[in-house]
Amino acid sequence: MKTDIILSGVGGQGILTIAFVLDNAALSRGLHFKQAEVHGMSQRGGAVYSYLRIADRPIFSDLVPEGQGDMILSVEPLEVQRYLNYLAPGGVVISNTAPHKNIPDYPDEGKVLSSLMELPRCVLVDAAAIAAAGRQPKAQNMAMVGAATPFLPFDLADYEPFIRRLFGSKGEALVQGNLAVLRLGWNVGRTVQRLLEEGLPTRRVNSFLLRVTPETVDPERASEVAGALQGPGTEAFLAEALGKVTLDEALARCR
Amino acid sequence: MGDREVWLGDEAVAMAAVHAGISGVYGYPGTPSTEIFEAVETVAAREGIHAHWSANEKVAYEEALGMSFAGRRSIVTMKHVGLNVAADAFMNSAVTGVHGGLVLAVADDPGMHSSQNEQDSRYYAHFALVPCLEPADQQQAYEMTREAFELSEAVGLPVVLRLVTRLAHSRASVSPAPRVPQKPLGVWRDPMTFTLLPQNARIQYRKLTEKQSDLLHRSGTSRWNALSDGPRHDRGFVVNGIAWNYLMEAFGGDCPHPVLRIGQYPVPADLVRALVETVGEVVVVEEGYPYLEERLRGIVGIPGKAIRGKLDGTLPRTGELNPTIVAASLGLPVAQGLRPTLGEVPGRPPTLCPGCSHSDSFLEIREAMKPFGDLRVFADIGCYTLGFYSPLNAIHSCVDMGASISMAAGAAHAGARPVVAAIGDSTFAHSGITPLLTAIRQNVDFTVVILDNGTVAMTGTQKTLATGEDLERIVLGLGLDPEHLKVIEPHKTRAEEQVAIIRREIEYPGTSVIIARRACVQALRRGVA
Repeated sequence: MKTDIILSGVGGQGILTIAFVLDNAALSRGLHFKQAEVHGMSQRGGAVYSYLRIADRPIFSDLVPEGQGDMILSVEPLEVQRYLNYLAPGGVVISNTAPHKNIPDYPDEGKVLSSLMELPRCVLVDAAAIAAAGRQPKAQNMAMVGAATPFLPFDLADYEPFIRRLFGSKGEALVQGNLAVLRLGWNVGRTVQRLLEEGLPTRRVNSFLLRVTPETVDPERASEVAGALQGPGTEAFLAEALGKVTLDEALARCR
Repeated sequence: MGDREVWLGDEAVAMAAVHAGISGVYGYPGTPSTEIFEAVETVAAREGIHAHWSANEKVAYEEALGMSFAGRRSIVTMKHVGLNVAADAFMNSAVTGVHGGLVLAVADDPGMHSSQNEQDSRYYAHFALVPCLEPADQQQAYEMTREAFELSEAVGLPVVLRLVTRLAHSRASVSPAPRVPQKPLGVWRDPMTFTLLPQNARIQYRKLTEKQSDLLHRSGTSRWNALSDGPRHDRGFVVNGIAWNYLMEAFGGDCPHPVLRIGQYPVPADLVRALVETVGEVVVVEEGYPYLEERLRGIVGIPGKAIRGKLDGTLPRTGELNPTIVAASLGLPVAQGLRPTLGEVPGRPPTLCPGCSHSDSFLEIREAMKPFGDLRVFADIGCYTLGFYSPLNAIHSCVDMGASISMAAGAAHAGARPVVAAIGDSTFAHSGITPLLTAIRQNVDFTVVILDNGTVAMTGTQKTLATGEDLERIVLGLGLDPEHLKVIEPHKTRAEEQVAIIRREIEYPGTSVIIARRACVQALRRGVA
């Protein structure tokens, strides 16, 4: 078993917090890991990345070889594009939808998200909405970890001790809030995973789920979603540039 | 103890030094070495370890040597270019030798992630005739650091621990070993050893050269230098440090050729000969300069054997290695990843933070220089080097710590007018004071702007030694005419008045200093401003 992850984002977005949680989860599972990160100049608002390699046998290189990555986990959607050459053809992209526009030539936001939906396996995560739904708006990175977890050799329970180590000194409410956001993120990741396994196209699955309020997303109802996405109302529903609705309402609109 | 810890390579070095009983950590911040000092610093108070950043690497090295003189162990940390600053102390410490164990942990930056060159510190160890250890992973970083102290005391020399970015800044689990207590104070008694008058130095230098055969024997039998065999002798590999990881990755952990893995220097000559004798050609895969390759090749090469590596183009001459480059260079299969689905992906270079005082300073300097035509701003090492990029386009040089002032002075000597130097407060404390003293004594016609944000910002807001009123007193103490020391708080809202001040000082035909003081936004956020 091996899972090679490229974590990406923009300096200051906190990808090292994500790495901290995943590193320790690997250690607590008795797995080998190596995690190379970027310090210094690029942390000043530049493109940053971290390679995280997890395996059940010793790992040689700290860097992921090109074309062998199993996952790109990005807290910024444009940054995914910078590392696609590292992703194996069967690899998965887990990306936040919120752009970080600190460059003058940032491409059209819609095109950036659309380009990710062209990938064979991609989970788009509205981390801000998920964190807000968990009433912990600053815990967006935990939404990302949660969404990635169905594709990793971990359970959410693996993270709890390290969430506690990160936030425990600031009170139990913060710990519980982060755990709630992790769970909501996991629901999104798991639902997309199931739908992709059923052969639904990335674009349709993600377009649909981005229209659903995170607290109502339920992986147990993935087959219902799969059915509804064949429905006559789907195109119209997905074409609306409106806010989020509950899962029940979204399903009803598609059918 | 016995538990596994999650440590950066830097942190593994730091904790090994603590467990080896150091009494002091010395250094100046510099990527990728900074976290060594910082990790020791987190436990320093509890452990009774002296941990205060020094003004520069030379000072740090000399302090460490002094602690060694007093019989106690110390580690001194710096980035590769920092060793240039400490080179005087370092080279001479090989001649004096050491008493308490002294380990120089120097972090090279192949690929220049955050540096102005990719010099290879193994040449310094070679130059000084001292041992060098080079770990390949975090566990080795820990164990080698522990051993480095033993080795230092056994041979009476400083030991270089060479790290590279990808180990310094990579985390893995490390299993620590039982610790040893700090050593008692035991000041060196012989007055000759550390007094490098020529008469003494000649004796000491001979002792140093006489130690070389022992050092060679030690590296020849070191567990860090291992020759492994393989079924295919058409080719053999010589690899250093983390290059071994990439080689193994490329071969899927099972290299069919003999491999000489080097982690301790001087180069184990007998092992090199043993490898070369049995193989058709030698491929040297090394992270850094082609140091081993040059030594193997010599001037005339080895008759009948091809030596491949960075010098013949088998591997790239510049930049850092990675598993893909190593595999491709050796003709091994390389996997193809996905292609971007967005056409052109715009670059995202680092920038000054929103609200950074340096941006306002540079805008004001540019505005002040407008009437004089061409902008000539000699800058220095720090966040403010990012003033190079658009839209500021505000600087014209960045060479080494302190060079802003000296280079600006040289340009002024040549007749360039007007000339401005821009240097941060910590860089000024590091290497700006002596060039400013030199300039003031000659009343050089230029203006030095000290960008005082009160911290060492680029490396993570470490404590600076010269900020605020202390900085003003230092500048005046160098002999500057107090009429030509101006302090401003750079800000858009006061730009007009501040531009006028800067312009007046630029027009003044002598040395002037402007301190542009406003706290670093990162330091404010972290509560360390």
